[in-house]
Amino acid sequence: MPALAPSAGGSAGVVVSGAAAQRRPRTAYLLLIPGIAWLTIFFVVPLISLFFTSLQAPTGKSGVYQPAFEVSNYLVAIQEYWPTFVKSFIYSGIATVLALVIAYPLAYFIAFRAGKWRALLLVLVVAPFFASFLLRTYAWRTILADEGFITSFFNALHLLPENRILNTPIAVVLGLTYNFLPFMILPLYAALERIDPRLIEAAGDLYASPFTGFRKVIWPLSLPGVVAGTLLTFIPASGDYINATLLGAPSDRMVGNAIQTNFLQFRDYPIASALSFILMAIILTVVFVYIRRAGTEDLV
Amino acid sequence: MRWLRKNLIPIIGLLVLVYLFVPIAVVAILSFNKPDGKFNISWNQFSLDAWQNICGVPGVCGSFVTSIQIGLIATLVGTIFGTMIAFALVRYRFRGRSTTNLLIFLPMATPEVVLGSSLLALFLNLAFPLGFWTVTIAHIMFIISFVVVTVKARLQGMDPRLEEAARDLYADPTATFRYVTFPLVLPGILGAALLGFSLSFDDYIISAFNAGTLVTFPIYIWGAAQRGIPVQVNALATLVFVIALVTVVSVQIIGARRRRKMESAVGS
Repeated sequence: MPALAPSAGGSAGVVVSGAAAQRRPRTAYLLLIPGIAWLTIFFVVPLISLFFTSLQAPTGKSGVYQPAFEVSNYLVAIQEYWPTFVKSFIYSGIATVLALVIAYPLAYFIAFRAGKWRALLLVLVVAPFFASFLLRTYAWRTILADEGFITSFFNALHLLPENRILNTPIAVVLGLTYNFLPFMILPLYAALERIDPRLIEAAGDLYASPFTGFRKVIWPLSLPGVVAGTLLTFIPASGDYINATLLGAPSDRMVGNAIQTNFLQFRDYPIASALSFILMAIILTVVFVYIRRAGTEDLV
Repeated sequence: MRWLRKNLIPIIGLLVLVYLFVPIAVVAILSFNKPDGKFNISWNQFSLDAWQNICGVPGVCGSFVTSIQIGLIATLVGTIFGTMIAFALVRYRFRGRSTTNLLIFLPMATPEVVLGSSLLALFLNLAFPLGFWTVTIAHIMFIISFVVVTVKARLQGMDPRLEEAARDLYADPTATFRYVTFPLVLPGILGAALLGFSLSFDDYIISAFNAGTLVTFPIYIWGAAQRGIPVQVNALATLVFVIALVTVVSVQIIGARRRRKMESAVGS
């Protein structure tokens, strides 16, 4: 499925053909209005609303807040939850790197070696989306069960600090890696697929070892896909709370958990909103710094 | 050893695919289980109970139908709006293009908790009642971006000469669109719609924030996880997975056959 394919390449292929470009932009605005209005009302306005909520002050009644300019909400949120933030970004960072390492060979295989099986393999990569996210995550409880084959195997090798995988950070990271893997594979594939296979041959002809050929030719050319894939994995992983809840111990809870419990259980809307805003700000900073350094600015 | 070196990448690739499907296999296998106790986590005994009585547990099928209803409405609206934006972006020059691109990109770069909580903040501030429509509104919002990206790719990949040819043959813009552009883009739109539906049907986080007391299928599963997920849930999820996979694969095969036919027709 080409869903995420263009994220890798950017808008180099924008074709505004002569006749089309001459058309008056009024039609364009008519085409844009419904969708853009929807995104403005239900994405931009909520973010603004979230910002004002994050500055609200308590009224004394539980769950009811009044408009204010309570900047201290942010300090409270950071003070109380900074270890959670650090933990979330460590978990999602490790999961992203793991996903990249796992996804690259498969994306490479589909792009260069799959032949007529290419389309089918791409369908198989997105097929997990057709099975419930929650159930797939929950299935890891069966696979990683304490008496299960995998846990026993690693226990026999004395590799597990807590003698188990389930309800430890390892399970959370494994779950995150698994769940967002297709988001890594697709953009990687899209970037690799554009590489002319003759470049690999040329590298070989010039006496580059397969490894050097990969390092000097394939890897740099696949960077747009690496950037898009890591972002598409890292962003949802850092805000996720499903994996931490279903696979981790209470001490493995992530920022997503903090936002969810503050919003839906404690009904502490200002702190929850401040947490959301901090998360969003950190992610956007990471995205922009990362894109700048990787040198690809057009991700959409 | 040489054989291994030559086939290392295909082998790893295959293992990764297996890895992707192991949890799904677990879900499917456990749908034939008769669990020992409340939690359907380890294999106990073969049984077809769940499949024969798929709505046997109160609430399961109701939440399933709710999710399908929301998915259909959200996909329809999101696909139409998103396709319109994609056309505008690829086919027209207009001011505000980069702002539009940013507005499409940002929802995809925002974690679901933030999307869900910010919409909830809006609905709370407006005292808007939570339920079916708030969830549907949220789903349309996140579907639009994915549709734009998918359809845009399809439009950009299209050979512009096909439309030029139609114009050269005196097709007016409406006819060109109706007989050339739209049929060529349709597979992209359908793919986007399928993606949108599966995103909506499977969404837990954003829905949980904006559902109020409404129970969608993922919300049902989440609630059930604490006290044991009924086997029927596994059966329904397996059913959905098989139907979706068979549909997509057959669409692929039909498409490939049509393409081959057209290519051989052009070639001769």
